[in-house]
Amino acid sequence: MTLLFIGGCSTSRDQSGTIEFWAVGAEGEHIRKLIPEFERRNPGIKVRIQTIPWTAAHEKLLTAYAGNSMPDMYQLGNTWIPEFVALDAILELDSLVKASETIGETNYFPGIWATNIIDGKLYGIPWYVDTRVLFYRRDLLAQVGYPEAPQTWDELLDASRRLVREKKATYGILLPVNEWAGPVILGIQAGSSLLRDNNCYGNFSGAEFRRAFDYFLQFYRERLCPLGMSQVSNIYQGFAEGFYAMLITGPWNIGEFLYRLPEDVRGNLATAVLPAPEAGQPAFSLAGGSSLVVSKKSRKKNAVWKLIEYLSEAGTQIRFYDLTRDLPAVREAWEDSVLVNNRYVAAFHEQLQMVKATPKVPEWEQIALKVQQYTESAAYGELSPEQALRKLDRNVDQILEKRRWLLSRTEE
Amino acid sequence: MNPSTRAAWLFLAPALSAITVFFFLPVIVAFVMSLTDFDIYSLADISKARFVGVNNYWNLLHDALFWKALRNTTYFVVVGVPLSIATSLGAAILLNNRFLKFKSLFRLAYFTPVVTTLVAVAVVWRYIYHPRFGLMNYWLGLFGVNPIDWLGDPVWAMPALIILAVWKNFGYNMIIFIAGLQSIPDELYEAAHIDGAGKWQQFRNITIPMLAPTTLFVGIITVIGYFQFFAEPYVMTQGGPLNSTLSIVLLMYQEGFRWWRMGYSSSIAFVLFFIVFVITLIQLKVQKSRVV
Repeated sequence: MTLLFIGGCSTSRDQSGTIEFWAVGAEGEHIRKLIPEFERRNPGIKVRIQTIPWTAAHEKLLTAYAGNSMPDMYQLGNTWIPEFVALDAILELDSLVKASETIGETNYFPGIWATNIIDGKLYGIPWYVDTRVLFYRRDLLAQVGYPEAPQTWDELLDASRRLVREKKATYGILLPVNEWAGPVILGIQAGSSLLRDNNCYGNFSGAEFRRAFDYFLQFYRERLCPLGMSQVSNIYQGFAEGFYAMLITGPWNIGEFLYRLPEDVRGNLATAVLPAPEAGQPAFSLAGGSSLVVSKKSRKKNAVWKLIEYLSEAGTQIRFYDLTRDLPAVREAWEDSVLVNNRYVAAFHEQLQMVKATPKVPEWEQIALKVQQYTESAAYGELSPEQALRKLDRNVDQILEKRRWLLSRTEE
Repeated sequence: MNPSTRAAWLFLAPALSAITVFFFLPVIVAFVMSLTDFDIYSLADISKARFVGVNNYWNLLHDALFWKALRNTTYFVVVGVPLSIATSLGAAILLNNRFLKFKSLFRLAYFTPVVTTLVAVAVVWRYIYHPRFGLMNYWLGLFGVNPIDWLGDPVWAMPALIILAVWKNFGYNMIIFIAGLQSIPDELYEAAHIDGAGKWQQFRNITIPMLAPTTLFVGIITVIGYFQFFAEPYVMTQGGPLNSTLSIVLLMYQEGFRWWRMGYSSSIAFVLFFIVFVITLIQLKVQKSRVV
């Protein structure tokens, strides 16, 4: 009886050529406008889009997996890919890419493409990219002797000190402690691998991360950065009022800033590549963004692949940029005048040549949260930097215990 | 089995099977799960789950975050419950006053927060607590108090949530207290009045003892409810700053649904159950011995 029911269900699903596509956040809203063109070109294929909010996306996808009701394709933040590979939920795409005329590795930023490769196999196609750069108030920085953005860690610290000392801004820079991105970016820049021994243990007490951590905390020690996040619940207003003059954030904030800043401040908004630890060194940032993945259980893999190809065409990518302001993953799209003429975007283009992925283990999100928690403890002075990093490593080792067990099992 | 017993079982069967399927079975499964390391790897392949005995419980006892959550929850219960009950009782007594006009209007006003969804309420309260533009700091400022970063300061975040929770929940207990107050016969107060007892003596010697059964009920329900402190930090602070508002249930939710560490999460659920169970037993013992 039950079997009959299930059988009946899946066949009826199979006949209707509808692709189930889960997209996250604002992308889910805007993507609808690009679908009619795809459906016109591919008669017989219909696309049903479901939008899920970012805050619930991870939970919802895992729950869907547990309940065996995954969509045919979905959008995944590229740091989540290892997790879904561990679940064996997503399809390996190498053979499809090899046969494709639209999608090829060379069309993408290498650092971003690499985030989709787990153990040598490709699992996702970058859809849009993001990374973090320095946003700053050109007027305020010029007043303290920085007509150009700070280029090195020392300059960043110096500029922040001067801004505060000369009362140009209440705080120099906004480095929120409720995010893991700050310390992790600095750690990567300083050359830390974050994890060690085939990603089986934490490497946060290592000299490289330690140096980055101390540098990060210096901004709190000297009160160059606001501590309680709720003081700046409106980051745009804070920026406009000169509550702080710099922050490190992503492309989604270009539009927000331009929309929310008053006329006179808007002209002074500028973006720049992140400062490097020392002059002449590369200044890495995070390889962020979202990828499109195909559910392994999908019965419409061909149709799904057609949709991914359509979304990866330079033309579609530019239209998508127009709608969402998400930066295109396909490099050809960057040659379009919309992007070339946008002076805020140039810094991102440059930064995207220097991006690195966070360790590709399913536990990364958990680890990242621990990094954030211990950074917060150290910033509030609850723990000394050594204590915080030692405890962080111990915690991370514990999180990775299962990974070590699984690896040792496959070796036997 | 005689026919009437059989009939009784027959009538009970639907309810019993529903309880078995939707309550006992999940509880048993959860308990078994709490003895394994069921996690995201096991979700794909059950052979990747290991039976770990009481390891989860052992780790829990050595998890600083768990103790922090337990301390936070205890803080919330110890301060929040008496405050909530006192507020409810106070409001109930005021509303029970014979000379009060627009009684139903006030009752409605005090009860409204109980039925309003917390998410909507949270948006408003976030404005109230805003350190620079919030109403709360504005009022305190009138008395010369320096601005407090209510939700951003680890010291003040919990009091802020307690105030919110008390405001949100006192209406429910208030209604129960009003019912309790109305069932106290007027003759008792009249007799006490004739004997020369003042208002305060009447309150202490008539109202409080007569309300004892109601208070017991309210106390137990409130303690159980407050131990399950979840929605307020979930929508207001996500457990922050510095985990100062991380509650046990929020920790359980994060472990279970964010990280999918179901084994560990289940063990938290059972520890919480055990704590609430023991405290309720103690409460029953203490208050019963006083009532009788």
